[in-house]
Amino acid sequence: MTYLSKALIIAAALGLAACTNGDRFGGEAGAGYGAGAGANGGIVPGSANDPASPAYFSQTVGDRVFFAVDQSTLSPEARATLDAQAQWLMTNNDFLAVIEGHADEQGTREYNIALGARRANATMEYLISKGVAANRLRFVSYGKERPVEICSEEACYAKNRRAVTVISMGLGS
Amino acid sequence: MKHILALCLAVVTALALAAPAQAQNGPLRIEITEGTIEPMAYAVPDFVAETPGASEYAQQIARVVADDLTGTGLFREIPREAHISRITSFQSPVQFADWKAINALVLLTGAVSEEGGRVTLKFRVWDVFAGTELGQGMQFAATSDGWRRLAHKVADQVYSRLTGETGYFDSRVVFVSESGPKDERAKRLAIMDYDGANVQYLTDSRAIVLAPRFSPNGDRVLYTSYETGEPRVHVLNVGSVQSQILQSGGGVMSFAPRFSPDGSRVVYSVTSGSNTDIYMRDIASGATQQLTFTPAIETAPSFSPDGSRIVFESDRSGTQQLYVMPSGGGEATRISFGQGRYGTPVWSPRGDLIAFTKQNQGRFHIGVMRTDGSEERLLTASRLDEGPTWAPNGRVIMFSRETQGAQGTSSLYTVDVAGRKLTRVRTPDGASDPSWGPLQ
Repeated sequence: MTYLSKALIIAAALGLAACTNGDRFGGEAGAGYGAGAGANGGIVPGSANDPASPAYFSQTVGDRVFFAVDQSTLSPEARATLDAQAQWLMTNNDFLAVIEGHADEQGTREYNIALGARRANATMEYLISKGVAANRLRFVSYGKERPVEICSEEACYAKNRRAVTVISMGLGS
Repeated sequence: MKHILALCLAVVTALALAAPAQAQNGPLRIEITEGTIEPMAYAVPDFVAETPGASEYAQQIARVVADDLTGTGLFREIPREAHISRITSFQSPVQFADWKAINALVLLTGAVSEEGGRVTLKFRVWDVFAGTELGQGMQFAATSDGWRRLAHKVADQVYSRLTGETGYFDSRVVFVSESGPKDERAKRLAIMDYDGANVQYLTDSRAIVLAPRFSPNGDRVLYTSYETGEPRVHVLNVGSVQSQILQSGGGVMSFAPRFSPDGSRVVYSVTSGSNTDIYMRDIASGATQQLTFTPAIETAPSFSPDGSRIVFESDRSGTQQLYVMPSGGGEATRISFGQGRYGTPVWSPRGDLIAFTKQNQGRFHIGVMRTDGSEERLLTASRLDEGPTWAPNGRVIMFSRETQGAQGTSSLYTVDVAGRKLTRVRTPDGASDPSWGPLQ
């Protein structure tokens, strides 16, 4: 198998991988990364080891911060993660971000929507305070509607009380 | 969507002849408000089929009537196997001795005929020990697919004659139908009879939908949908199944809507930054007014039935608690002072009580309190109960209960205000966020 055909297979695989996340990144972003595959000395653009990729952002920088029960205060750990997020966002200016606020299931539905908004807003305000342009950021709360962990124990609840920074391509790119 | 039900109601005057004029020892009556009661024993033999096509309806209608009545916890059916008499003719005199012998206090007799797709039902209610009729015989008719409504109409009549209060059986509930695992749950708006029958879907599951709320006359439903990406209040016309966004003013996220008692206004929450406040919008004019102004979370507003006040939840004290304010906004009075957190208050249609969700020490409860916060009473306890809604007569509450763990699912339950009778409502899939509509 030639180097070129290998690269094409990788590119195709990347395109598919991006598509599984199509609601977040969109098909175009996936195609864009795939097209440049193999041209960058071992680092596959768009992959988790490409520092300019959303995959790198979510896996290496860390796309989420966690909160205490019924709180929206940012812990020192959360601030450290958000410092890195801010740095990444300011380095990669083509991207926009939506901060999704979430609550665990131990709360009433309406209150948890408002609580998730508090968490997302605290996260967004912190990123803005670190220099990220406000017009690149917006937030939405899902309350307790979209848990990532589904057990009914604190170990799961702790992972569900979160704000997730979801990266998307900017309109101008 | 709608049941095509040309419901005609006629007093069957010819049946009144037996009613003696002399006074009894007071009418047969069961008081709903007593803490513990002995359910009143009644018998419902199969109704008489008066036309060849009516026999199945005659049986099924009698069963639905019995389910309605027994489901209240106020009445106890004497099983048909114990019956001595059979009712083979609606006109023949009742053999009261046969019903006394099995200790039936109340006897319900009925007859059904079917002709050209229409079902006609007549019924009579008897005070067995007095040997007299309770109220007058009545007749209802409907298209054949509306036969369950005929049964609910009869049950409402019996309930009303025996309790002195309006019934709630001929009513519908709008709710969220749920399917799929917890982390990928699909939600659709659905509507059903109060007992879980005749489920119909109002939306598909493409967007998350939450907390539908019936309008006072049942013609519209407010709900929250993520269709645009953010939670937004929508209004759906039940007849046409068309919905549109309720322009909310203020922020992008709006949720927790509820109609005013006259259906002309909507109260709801709007989130702006970290702050969530309560707004009110006049539907016709679009005039929008902000009602709360603290930096706290203020949500779940619900009007008093006279429209003068609004109960809502706020964490302005540090935890979720219940407050009452004038419906035009203004100073709010805290009414919840027990242990734990209080949310989702709903004013009873009778005006006397406020139902709520309470969280305390890892447990959830549905409870009621007087409108000044006194006489708090918890009716349920589980790992996750929430979102009470009142039956149209203010005597029963429906709510969601979610079971524990990764396989946890949500179901609807009813409980009476005395906390005596907890019943699961059978739905085809998971179900949450019920809103009980008016008596039809």
